[in-house]
Amino acid sequence: MDSAVLATVILALIKIALILAVLFTGVAYYSLAERKFSAFMQDRIGPNRCGPFALLQPLADGVKFFLKEDVIPHHVDKVLYLAAPAMAMIPAMATIAVVPFADPIPAPASGLFASLGQIQFQLADINVGMLYIFAVSGLAVYGVVIAGWASNNKYALLGSLRASAQMISYELTLGLSVLGVFMVYETLQLDAIVAAQTSFISFLPVAIPKWGIVVQPLGFLLFLIATFAETSRLPFDLPEGEAEIVAGYHVEYGSMKFMLFMLAEYSHMIIASAVITCLFLGGWNLPWVDMSSLPAVQRVAAQLAVFTAKAGFFAFLFIWVRWTLPRFRYDQLMRLGWKVLLPLAIANLVATGAFYVVKYTVGIG
Amino acid sequence: MPENGLRTETMVLNFGPSHPATHGIIHLKLELDGETVVGFVEEPTIGYLHRGMEKLAENMTFHQWITMTDRMNYVSAPLNNIGYTLAVEKLLGVEAPKRAQYIRVILSELSRIADHLVCVGINAVDLGAFTPFLWGFQQREMIYDIFEKYIGARLTTTISRIGEMRYDFDKDIIYMIKCVLDELEPVIAEWDQLLTRNRIWIDRTRDVGVISKEDALDWGFTGPCLRAAGVPWDLRIEEPYLVYNELDFDIPVGTQGDVYDRYLVRVEEIRQSMKIVRQALEKMPEGPIRIEDSTVVLPKHEEIYNKMESMIADFKFVMHGIRAPEGEVYGRTEAANGELGFYIVHKGGRSPYKIHVRPPCFYLYSAFEKLIKGRMIADVISVMGSLNIIAGELDR
Repeated sequence: MDSAVLATVILALIKIALILAVLFTGVAYYSLAERKFSAFMQDRIGPNRCGPFALLQPLADGVKFFLKEDVIPHHVDKVLYLAAPAMAMIPAMATIAVVPFADPIPAPASGLFASLGQIQFQLADINVGMLYIFAVSGLAVYGVVIAGWASNNKYALLGSLRASAQMISYELTLGLSVLGVFMVYETLQLDAIVAAQTSFISFLPVAIPKWGIVVQPLGFLLFLIATFAETSRLPFDLPEGEAEIVAGYHVEYGSMKFMLFMLAEYSHMIIASAVITCLFLGGWNLPWVDMSSLPAVQRVAAQLAVFTAKAGFFAFLFIWVRWTLPRFRYDQLMRLGWKVLLPLAIANLVATGAFYVVKYTVGIG
Repeated sequence: MPENGLRTETMVLNFGPSHPATHGIIHLKLELDGETVVGFVEEPTIGYLHRGMEKLAENMTFHQWITMTDRMNYVSAPLNNIGYTLAVEKLLGVEAPKRAQYIRVILSELSRIADHLVCVGINAVDLGAFTPFLWGFQQREMIYDIFEKYIGARLTTTISRIGEMRYDFDKDIIYMIKCVLDELEPVIAEWDQLLTRNRIWIDRTRDVGVISKEDALDWGFTGPCLRAAGVPWDLRIEEPYLVYNELDFDIPVGTQGDVYDRYLVRVEEIRQSMKIVRQALEKMPEGPIRIEDSTVVLPKHEEIYNKMESMIADFKFVMHGIRAPEGEVYGRTEAANGELGFYIVHKGGRSPYKIHVRPPCFYLYSAFEKLIKGRMIADVISVMGSLNIIAGELDR
């Protein structure tokens, strides 16, 4: 085999292993963080038994899920019932492939990877980055719908119907709200979008960073709201709605199968936070701070830290909102999606487009 | 059949008997068209929590049955205890001393606060807002600490006795009550911030489960649900019992009779109850807390152990219960949920001939189908939470 191909494959495998390890650890500790934060918000103590600061709690949870009896109710459609958790989990894991975490570093001068030139902190740098994310995360709805259908349970069916309607409705807003960002940065590639956000807007007396949140504030808000709906978090957690439809589509699931749904939900949130950071918050770059002069390892460490901090804020936001707001009703959710968010997203798109038409024909700015 | 030839049909959904939003064992069979509730397939099944309390009364002394009232509305047991003892006192024609009545008012209002805290909190939980519930629940636990300090029990308190209060308030309890009231105020203010002007909360509760003034009266609504519909009816004002006529408080009244109004009425009632407790603590006179009648109240311990007559009285009292005159009496009080009535028929002997309880939520629940027909399934739990259906009281 060609050594360049071999190097690419090996590097990809290493990255997959690393990213999944980080993602799963992240999910585990994200769930712990949620429990701790919610306890803090509600004046409770929260988990504090397993290890110092309950740091071993996720491990205990995982072991518990593994040891639970794997019940398959006799009234379910067995094949689909077993496939659904995987169908929910796979898109959640696959979307992270195109998310970049830091600037590439030069490859070592000798050895296997020398032929690659540089090593990217991204599994796949494809030129349709965001489209890929939409395409793959759009598949996530199948896991939920099939879980609800295969469970052969009325509550699960209601949950999955809600999930499909909600995800499809809000995907429109999600897609339209981000088009403005593509217009501004003229690319769909996530690392290019991040790179484009290092420049500044200077028509104001103060130069402000050209972050997505600055140039597309409405787009950012819409994207954020739609993300909440896509990840089925409160106030959009209708597919689960534990009080009304008894946990919805995963009511018939237990042990590892249930854990896969939970993993998928939390992975979605982490990846959504990472994507929002890339699109709207300048990714791993800090304005007015030049990290490029640092040695490669320190630079990557600094960039990863910045990226984690920014994404961590959004991850925290998911928790914060969840434990603050009540849940929408189904018709209100649909009304919000179709009558408020979608027109706003279209308006934002038209306004952005009009701005660029004027800019290029008249030559302002 | 629609024009495109697709066959559609409604779905029957078993809502309960064990369902996270029913808070008790209540069974509904909903006919659903999509998410819309077309109606009930059959009358709601009640009675899963029926323990035959009214029948049990026929073999119990008047005192023994106080413990049964704990288990009716277990969210605010002291209100039931006090309501029942007042009914028996009415039958006997006795009245507890002033100080005992003030103690009862304070315990009643604390218990009303606890009930409303739980009711509004659970309603919020059902609609997805978990945090307000826990903030309220913490205060409820503090109130239960007061009950525990006073009588030794938290949930099934049996806090009141016929013609007396068993224990006096000492300064520790008064201090605890003041602490709870001080800590409750910011919690209610935070509820206001989290819910009252929260757009999602308003959307979920405004114009949901609406009942008009006339309908509410026709269905026998009482309590916060009636007042939310716009009828300023409160037994504490209309026919003052205990010492409510000596206390100054307002009756919050809603305008639309929807879930949101019920929420607002309950929150305002918490504030008014706090006002009542503060006043009662100030106005509480010194004096005895029991009537001196050994046929109605147990003699004091030192007398039982030292005086022959008292010992005999104690024995007679414990074995045969109190000697109540024959007759019929209906005693009603304003419990947290509405009018709690005890209809007692006594034909001599140690046990009542019959006790019938008028639980407020039985009447609220009978209007349930009317309230949710044509609404969505998410409204079912919203309305059920706002009516505060307590299965223990509903089924008895």
